[in-house]
Amino acid sequence: MGFISSDHNNEQLLSKIATNNGHGENSPYFDGWKAYDSDPYHSAQNPNGVIQMGLAENELCFDLIQKWVANNPKASICTAEGANEFKDIAIYQDYHGLPEFRQGVAKFMGKVRGDRVMFDPDRIVMSGGATGAHEMLAFCLADPGDAFLVPTPYYPGFDRDLRWRTGTQIVPVVCESCTNFKLTKEALETAFQKATEAKIRVKGLLITNPSNPLGTVLDRDTLKTIVRFTNDKNIHLVSDEIYAATVFNKPGFISIAEIIEEETYCNRDLIHIVYSLSKDLGFPGFRVGIVYSYNDQVTLCARKMSSFGLVSTQTQHLIGSLLSDDIFTEKFIAESADRLAKRHEIFTKGLAQVGIGSLESNAGLFFWMDLRRLLKESTIKAEMALWQLIIHEVKLNVSPGSSFHCSEPGWFRVCFANMDDDTVKIALRRIRNFVLQSKGLDQGPAKRQCWQSKLQVSLSFRRLDDFVMAPHMMSPHSPISSPLVRARN
Amino acid sequence: MGLRSESHQLLSKIATNDKHGENSPYFDGWKAYDIDPFHLTQNPNGVIQMGLAENQLSSDLIEEWIKKNPEASICTPEGVKAFKDIANFQDYHGLPEFRNAVAEFMGRVRGGRVKFDPNRIVMGGGATGANELLVFCLADPGDAFLVPTPYYPAFDRDLRWRTGVQILPITCNSSNNFKITVEALEEAYKSATESNINVKGLIITNPSNPLGTTLDKDTLKQLVTFVTQKNIHLVCDEIYSATIFRSPRFVSIAEVVQEVDCCNLDLIHIVYSLSKDLGLPGFRVGIVYSYNDQVVSCGRKMSSFGLVSSQTQHLLALMLSDEDFVGRFLGESSKRLAKRYTIFTEGLKQVGISCLNGNAGLFFWMDLRPLLKEPTFEAEMELWRVIINDVKLNVSPGSSFHHTEPGWFRVCFANMDDLTMETALRRIRTFVNQKKGGDVVSVKNKRWQKNLRLSFSARIYDDGIMSPHMSPHSPMPHSPLVRAQN
Repeated sequence: MGFISSDHNNEQLLSKIATNNGHGENSPYFDGWKAYDSDPYHSAQNPNGVIQMGLAENELCFDLIQKWVANNPKASICTAEGANEFKDIAIYQDYHGLPEFRQGVAKFMGKVRGDRVMFDPDRIVMSGGATGAHEMLAFCLADPGDAFLVPTPYYPGFDRDLRWRTGTQIVPVVCESCTNFKLTKEALETAFQKATEAKIRVKGLLITNPSNPLGTVLDRDTLKTIVRFTNDKNIHLVSDEIYAATVFNKPGFISIAEIIEEETYCNRDLIHIVYSLSKDLGFPGFRVGIVYSYNDQVTLCARKMSSFGLVSTQTQHLIGSLLSDDIFTEKFIAESADRLAKRHEIFTKGLAQVGIGSLESNAGLFFWMDLRRLLKESTIKAEMALWQLIIHEVKLNVSPGSSFHCSEPGWFRVCFANMDDDTVKIALRRIRNFVLQSKGLDQGPAKRQCWQSKLQVSLSFRRLDDFVMAPHMMSPHSPISSPLVRARN
Repeated sequence: MGLRSESHQLLSKIATNDKHGENSPYFDGWKAYDIDPFHLTQNPNGVIQMGLAENQLSSDLIEEWIKKNPEASICTPEGVKAFKDIANFQDYHGLPEFRNAVAEFMGRVRGGRVKFDPNRIVMGGGATGANELLVFCLADPGDAFLVPTPYYPAFDRDLRWRTGVQILPITCNSSNNFKITVEALEEAYKSATESNINVKGLIITNPSNPLGTTLDKDTLKQLVTFVTQKNIHLVCDEIYSATIFRSPRFVSIAEVVQEVDCCNLDLIHIVYSLSKDLGLPGFRVGIVYSYNDQVVSCGRKMSSFGLVSSQTQHLLALMLSDEDFVGRFLGESSKRLAKRYTIFTEGLKQVGISCLNGNAGLFFWMDLRPLLKEPTFEAEMELWRVIINDVKLNVSPGSSFHHTEPGWFRVCFANMDDLTMETALRRIRTFVNQKKGGDVVSVKNKRWQKNLRLSFSARIYDDGIMSPHMSPHSPMPHSPLVRAQN
């Protein structure tokens, strides 16, 4: 038959792109996933498995969607009511996209922004999810070697999406906890200067608003500062607004689309929005990515490029119907925000009770948990050690801040919208138990014996004795005098 | 807003070059169609689209299946319980049932002579995305792929635009019976190497677009031997594999690699799609099937940029695993394609126009060399403009496929209903007859002019740009079709 050539030969056989690490999957970030994959939590079948809290998915409102789908059979090309359209839809491959789809998306985007701005359906360009949208924009706006400024902490997938096949670079703009991770003019200027000194050509700034992983929104002043900065430097501003409809508390969301209406001096040829239905609606499987550019040339070029990642017309048809239903979309946006708010509160309050804080946030499908106090030392190594503990002992897959290029160790992103209520309780209990026991490690040995016999310890903690701990760390079996623990004795 | 020239520097080189290919004259036919599209009742004199290789002949079978299998949809009462899990599923491995079904289907299309491993099925954004993905995996910017001509025009965009890779054409034309010869390959390879161009692979389309023919086993074996010797990749675009409508049967590269000794499987890759075989181009189902583990692994990661919608994966998983349906569909589709092909090619034969002997595809390769003023590409383009603007048919000129001999045209036949087909055939025959009759003395012209009932489109000939010695109003005397019209 055939013979398999050696790896070395294979290396030369394939492209540089194929053999480098630009896909980003060799990062330790994926260890959490592997732990989950090999031991996934299931309430009945595997109650001690790893709970997935590293995936920013929105599963809170499927009941509303399913109800709508059941009531609107024409939205599908497979129902008795809709099948007469099957042929025309299946054969439609125009990269402009179905007009109803573009109109539905434009309308929805406006609704999500409280109808404070309108979007032009003719500027809606499709892409293979937001993943494809980011890559497409990078291909349109930058040449290999050019750079995008990206505020940290940022979504890890950007390393792949912006850089892998395009050859562009990312220059981080550091945001720090001491200013609540605010994006400052100084930080922008510093990053820009650093790049310039290194002879790297900066082509644009990519902001994610609402932020992943912070869960916060940018205020008006910051947005104006940003626009002024990019306009002055004549570089692009890409605003990833894929969490726009996950804003669940004040302050409200301000889109870049609104800002440019106010900052009329700004050059609109520099302004582009990335959107998707993966987070707001909970449809990551449908691969609905959108590029919305105010630059005509970019719109034209991106549309041609969209051939590499168009949205299935079967899905375009469904989405077009769904998003044109104003009554549904308004109800959905409100209800979804409500449910996210509740989840967010349950977790953040529950953690506050055991002395764990998180960044004050009002959006997203996650919160930014502060575990700096639990670090042995303020290093990434200590963060990773803590993280391994959380995965393997507490059995939660949360995401360490370092995977988001956060400049300070000790922060973790915790997703809360991808599980049912019962799992929420268990996840919360596990974190609280872990925190309490970690805190108890600072207590003296005498107290430890006392609590050890009386305390009912959850199964997962028994193994901490086996775990590699630094000598000065105490046994996990001595809790802080928490009301929760006391109640159990 | 922004100054145009500033805007130019603002964007990337990729964004401002021509490699998207849409500035080619090839698109003029499309534009003509777009502004004046044929419709049986609403615009019977419009341009008939024969430049789009779409398969609409068997969509009734698919619709019938859809109606009978409501659980295949996540929107029907029977299927909606799966909605949440499917909408949420974004794993780039793809739904296992989808991969299994596609692998099964690919095997069935090849008569069960080969089996495909579902774990090697990688998704792409249509064949467009699949081809680009593969190039990103196999080649660096500046590297080259050998591609036999004539080839699908959009390869220029798919293989080169964002990847920075080059295409080196390998000439195949009527002088060598459109064969891909090893001599031609060796010559191209040598020439590239001498120019310091790094050849990374050979890309073949089998069945061929635009020829509508399949490669024989010997040729395929030679290609495998060639790439193995040179240690370059062989990419086989088999997206028309289920459009075979008569013998010889389809021989897939998958069969050949089973038979050839000393074949390096790490070099072999297949591109597939459901756009042509099933007539579902809107669903964007592209597939990369590689025998190279590293390419599968890397390709899978890259597929994140163009995964198939899980809603569509779910539907197709059920459809393609329905063995009865698949069997029936493949058989019926072939029959209908054969019928169409025969009607057109026989109809043209009767007016003296020959076509390449084809056995596959959604088109035929028509030889209009006798109608050229001179054997040049200018003459071909002129003839083409007449066909678009006067005969009102959008067919595709051979030059758009990088064909090296003027006068050939690709004519698509599977994207229209029977009545439209009849109209199209009538128009071509009328045109051909009139072109040929143009050589006859003008006296005859006048006599025919009074008696002949011309199709509406022919009346425009008077206004059309024709060379002085022709008149459209003199048909060939011996055609039964024309006589019947008088």
